[in-house]
Amino acid sequence: MAYEVVIGLEIHLELQTCSKLFCGCGTAFGQEPNTNCCPVCLGLPGSLPVFNRRAIELAVTAALALNGDIQEESRFDRKNYFYPDLPKAYQISQFERPLSRGGCLQIEVDGNRREIRLERIHLEEEAGKLIHSGDSIMGSEYSLVDYNRAGIPLLEIVTAPDIASGREARIFLEDLRSVLLYSGASDCKMEEGSLRCDANISLRPAGSENLGTKTEVKNMNSFRSVEMALNYEAERQENILAAGGKITQETCHWDEEKKITVPLRSKEGSSDYRYFPEPDLLPLALDSSFIKNIAASLPEMPAARRERLKEQYGLSSKEAVLFTTNRQLGDFFEAAAQTYSSYKNLAGWVQGDLMYQLRESGRSIEEIDPLRFVELLKLLDKKDINRPVAKELLAEMVLNGTSPEKLVKEKSLGRISGSDRLQPLIEQVIAENPAAAENYRRGKDKALAYLVGRAMALTAGRADPGELTKLFKEQISR
Amino acid sequence: MSVDFSKEVDYVAALARLTLEPEEKKRMAGQLSDILDTARRIRELDTEGVEPTSHVINLQPVLRDDETRPSLTLNRVLQNAPRRQRDFFRVPSITANRQPEGAGE
Amino acid sequence: MKLYEQTAAQLSRLLQKKEVSSVEVVQSFLDRIEMVEPYVKSFITHTPAMALDMASSADSRRLNGEEMNPLAGVPIAVKDNISTAGLRTTCASRVLENYIPPYDATVIRALREAGMPLLGKTNMDEFAMGSSTENSAFYPTRNPWDLGRVPGGSSGGSAVAVSTGMAPLALGSDTGGSIRQPAALCGLTGLRPTYGRVSRYGLIAFASSLDQIGPLALTAEDSALLMNVIAGHDPLDSTSLPEAGPDYASGFDGNVKRLRIGVIRENVSDHFDPEVTSAVLKAIALLKEHGAIIDEVSLPLTDYGLSAYYLIAPSEASSNLGRYDGVRYGFNAGGDNIEEMFSRTRGRGFGPEVKRRIMIGTYALSAGYYDAYYLQAMKVRTLIRRDYESAFRRFDILIGATTPAPAFKIGEKTSEPLQMYLSDICNITDSLAGLPSLSVPCGINTDGLPLGMQLTASPLNDSLLLKVAGFLEQKRDPLPLRPVVKLPEGGVI
Ligand SMILES: [Mg+2]
Ligand SMILES: [Zn+2]
Repeated sequence: MAYEVVIGLEIHLELQTCSKLFCGCGTAFGQEPNTNCCPVCLGLPGSLPVFNRRAIELAVTAALALNGDIQEESRFDRKNYFYPDLPKAYQISQFERPLSRGGCLQIEVDGNRREIRLERIHLEEEAGKLIHSGDSIMGSEYSLVDYNRAGIPLLEIVTAPDIASGREARIFLEDLRSVLLYSGASDCKMEEGSLRCDANISLRPAGSENLGTKTEVKNMNSFRSVEMALNYEAERQENILAAGGKITQETCHWDEEKKITVPLRSKEGSSDYRYFPEPDLLPLALDSSFIKNIAASLPEMPAARRERLKEQYGLSSKEAVLFTTNRQLGDFFEAAAQTYSSYKNLAGWVQGDLMYQLRESGRSIEEIDPLRFVELLKLLDKKDINRPVAKELLAEMVLNGTSPEKLVKEKSLGRISGSDRLQPLIEQVIAENPAAAENYRRGKDKALAYLVGRAMALTAGRADPGELTKLFKEQISR
Repeated sequence: MSVDFSKEVDYVAALARLTLEPEEKKRMAGQLSDILDTARRIRELDTEGVEPTSHVINLQPVLRDDETRPSLTLNRVLQNAPRRQRDFFRVPSITANRQPEGAGE
Repeated sequence: MKLYEQTAAQLSRLLQKKEVSSVEVVQSFLDRIEMVEPYVKSFITHTPAMALDMASSADSRRLNGEEMNPLAGVPIAVKDNISTAGLRTTCASRVLENYIPPYDATVIRALREAGMPLLGKTNMDEFAMGSSTENSAFYPTRNPWDLGRVPGGSSGGSAVAVSTGMAPLALGSDTGGSIRQPAALCGLTGLRPTYGRVSRYGLIAFASSLDQIGPLALTAEDSALLMNVIAGHDPLDSTSLPEAGPDYASGFDGNVKRLRIGVIRENVSDHFDPEVTSAVLKAIALLKEHGAIIDEVSLPLTDYGLSAYYLIAPSEASSNLGRYDGVRYGFNAGGDNIEEMFSRTRGRGFGPEVKRRIMIGTYALSAGYYDAYYLQAMKVRTLIRRDYESAFRRFDILIGATTPAPAFKIGEKTSEPLQMYLSDICNITDSLAGLPSLSVPCGINTDGLPLGMQLTASPLNDSLLLKVAGFLEQKRDPLPLRPVVKLPEGGVI
């Protein structure tokens, strides 16, 4: 039997605020342990939470960017469970009335457009961090707790079970990250834990409407491992089903080393979180002007930009994807395109030589002046310089910010052309390479290329190779 | 219509993370059953269409500006720690049972 | 008259006229504490050095001509569930026996700014759960009117400290009667302010949607002076009301003419102790005599209110008390793994009443029971609010007994949680509705025990309650301000 894979994702991301969700402690990553803590985020007896306005704005921004329906009144609930990284033994979260319902993200998988629907988006607080003794969590003798992270605003995004493969999950996450970066809500650094993803995955006979028994996969620490873990888990489930077995509903851990999913033992069956409305926080009513203002200030989102780049500049799908995923690169392209209209050529240079030079030099795209870059392309178009020189100038410009035009003048790197300037050079090269000249005369075409190469070398690449070829031919056949 | 509460006591005590001595459990079962019998009386009231009151105040919550304020010094953070190791709170093994619910719930 | 025998208002006047210093005042109370405390056990922590220190700084601020609160230099005792920076705050629980908060509650900051010396932290029922102060993990507090009886609770320590002249004023907290009930049983004025009127920041939570800090005092005027210090908006408490609050101490003009008073049928009941009922009726007659318009009102949901309260408060408590897990602070019973440590720490750290309520609350919130118990209780709460709203369209204040009976004997109700819960029957519905409510003395029974009357107003009308209480103090037959404490070995203090 053929199966289809059904995946729903639950994404947690830290919002980019200066202070925590309910207290004034800082949110910077990598601080000394337990130094960003106060009575509120340590859950000391008697402490009370107060909303951070910016966290709410960013949450609304992200939800709007994902086409969510912002709820005029949302409410905060306590999710009760015991864990040493949870200071109050409850997480302030949203259960019955989330900040936003619905929403969707358009993604492109192998040229096909797909819509992934969202169930809900809500705001909650981050927990602290555990450091386990020994090599791994299993068999660890004791753990150490750092509450610096506790209380950082966290956005939870839950998708509908609309994702059909590990690869699709990965593309969805990449696109989601772009949207969130565009909206400025989060820095989405998976390596610092500011974006995390859990998945629910099940299989069903192709074409069936019913959902099969699902498993939950956790501990996937990169987009790549999301793809691998879900592919692995899908295959594992398919093998069980094909052999006539049954899937057990359970939570699995992705083992990054062994590249397998490992079921976690759970003692008490399903969790009973005893949600109830948080009495310390009044319900949050968002008036429509607050929402409208944020909506009006939203930048263009990646999907829209992708389409516009294709339309406006005639870029290929691949180029448009690159210039949206790498937002700064896209911004650079568009800035340069203001004063340079050969878009295809521009796009080629940006994604080719410019990106190469950025990698080589360790510079970032924000450091490069798009006008200088256009200068260079124009010099090339006017044939004032040729390609090898252009590449040299580009390297110099990326590294030191030097103006290509100025450099051309200073180092007299301009192209040498015209028979009056080239004739002496031709004669010199023939005099120095009589054998090659003789070979060409006898019909060996390769010898001509050699002579042209010599002439180019003598002028450090500045001579016009086309004109050189013509002049050599005339000179030798005479 | 008294309900025998002894079955529930074990489940609830586990959920609330309370070790109860056998004697305590027995007494608790009886008392909880009495208390809940009384509490159950509220079911007599017709609350069809009545909104629950979780807050007696109908106000907009206070919103704070996104500004940092000084955190506690490390000594103050750790001054009450029952078990401390270097600059951390120390807890015994978390692996014996239960899944780590905390991870991104 | 000795300084410790003065009311806070009298001390305030003496201090403002510089007839006495705060150090002298504090010393007088410290001496009194030394004499009386062994018999009543009001305090968990004594802070004599700190009190004298704060007193001398209040004195020098006053001598420097600084503009000061009228209560500057008047000392105070504070219930031990209010966080004091650097000073042990236990909630009368083993769990917090050695806990030292690194921060001050907002009310403590207010007391410090006002220049009120802190005499110590007072005994209470563990985590404020109880009505007799017998649930303290350390020792019970005794009622000074009869040392064999309870002082009420949970703010029993605060009540007794004021009642015996060990402190002129005290702070208590009221979740479902914990200020008013001990005030009634100890012959004091106790005010539960409008919910949100006094900041809860730093008050160790029992049931967050119900908890309020308030004054315990000898007179309405003293209560008003203390309200002027502690009431107001606090940006650290999201449920704090935005208004600044009136001057509670002004307008004690002794006029109740045309005041519309509703007598709550359920709280002036045949089922109550007859002496309680007759004392309340006498006070009502006095109000009527002076021009108040008296009529009867029924709050038929009172019984259901008790049931709702004993679901809502434990539910919130079960969540609020989850944090006592032995990780960051407090008692830790050890264990080989985290689950063992959690359960052992909590099982051994909490007393029986606290565990009982955690169990009820956990049950009421757990899967499958939430709708029938917790949610239904919250809906009943709505019905109760509606009842009050309609009552306050007809009346300015509602009136009844504070407790069905005077102070009961120590040990009398400890094995019967339900009987204990019933002693708060008159105090619970207004708590559920977030209303200001006050207990004022209205008599002494034939055994020499004080009796209290409860006045309730609509939200933010705390000052009206104080005015009516002040009127009753002036017009009723005089009552003794304090008991003569009969010592077990004979003699009195
Ligand atoms: Mg979550
Ligand atoms: Zn903090």
